[in-house]
Amino acid sequence: MSTETIAMPAETAETDALRIIAFCCHYCAFTAADLAGTMRRQYPPNIRIVRFPCTGRLETNTILQAFLDGADGVLVAGCEPGGCHFLKGNLRAAKRVEHCRRLLEQAGVSPERLEMRHIAASQGPLFAETARQFTEKIRMIKEQARRGTAPSDECLGDEP
Amino acid sequence: MIVAEQKPFEDIYSYAKRHRRVLLLGCGTCVTVCMAGGEKEVGILASLVRLAARERNDDITVDEHTITRQCDAEFFDETTARKAADAEAVISMGCGVGVQFCAQRFPDKIVYPALNTKFYGATIEQGVWAERCAGCGECVLADFGGICPVARCSKSLLNGPCGGSQDGRCEVDPERVECAWQLIYERMEAMGRLEELEKIQPFKDWSQHRDGGPRTITREEVRL
Repeated sequence: MSTETIAMPAETAETDALRIIAFCCHYCAFTAADLAGTMRRQYPPNIRIVRFPCTGRLETNTILQAFLDGADGVLVAGCEPGGCHFLKGNLRAAKRVEHCRRLLEQAGVSPERLEMRHIAASQGPLFAETARQFTEKIRMIKEQARRGTAPSDECLGDEP
Repeated sequence: MIVAEQKPFEDIYSYAKRHRRVLLLGCGTCVTVCMAGGEKEVGILASLVRLAARERNDDITVDEHTITRQCDAEFFDETTARKAADAEAVISMGCGVGVQFCAQRFPDKIVYPALNTKFYGATIEQGVWAERCAGCGECVLADFGGICPVARCSKSLLNGPCGGSQDGRCEVDPERVECAWQLIYERMEAMGRLEELEKIQPFKDWSQHRDGGPRTITREEVRL
């Protein structure tokens, strides 16, 4: 994986130069994203979805690689606790994401740029809302970094 | 296997930033099994160093390579030699043996350790490793039901238990350490061998352990 490059959304004025990768589980968040589209729910176009068979398949280095390849934020979206098609893949992913956040902090990257969310297949509107909130949070972090100040808790917002 | 864990990232980064190009060299044997210095860990550490270098505006190029074993000359092939030659320094993700072997193989390179080597141990469950052997040089397991009093008793008592055993836990760290002598007693009892524990164990010959200095084994029949 280390030698592969994750394709990033092109920087355009339309996407406000934000590059966000969403690693989505095929059985839940990816279906929810699909449903959001079917329901005509709008969400920011700068999210590039990468489908995984299960978030438990997501390696630590795949997340780090996304940041190395220029992602401003990485969203990992898996099934709700208890709802994993492979029983515990989403819970393992949550632990891995927490570990990865600590690694990012050690490397001097804001851990807030990585987040794990649980979204069921039926929750199309929640996916759209999560995408909007995460994009806004990443926009804030990038803005604060540009100004040379650390993001405050207030600007990072609460989880839905 | 030899069990190790990664050094704090800042320590490793402080080694890396002294050079413009480093080779992260993983080992495919013990430290792969204990998830500390195998190919996957090399990839993660390389990504972290690259991310940190980018964030801190340091000019560091990181190469990655993992060989089957860092403690055997035959696995240091041409590719490894070339990659080491291209780098200013090597950061070994092998155990202490691997680091020293690398230093011997690459005499003109600075070799740094990325791991702290801890013990000879077993995988209790994924993500949990525990010490099982102290490498004392003269195995006593036959007398103690297959539970080592040298490695697993905090005081290495051969005529235990001591008075610090309570509810099967060791006074040195009741949370973490089981009383090895409780385990030995229960195992010998289950096997109907309790009377063997009545035997007073003589002094152990510690010259076979580290006390006799660094050890070497030479077997003429297998030498080439």
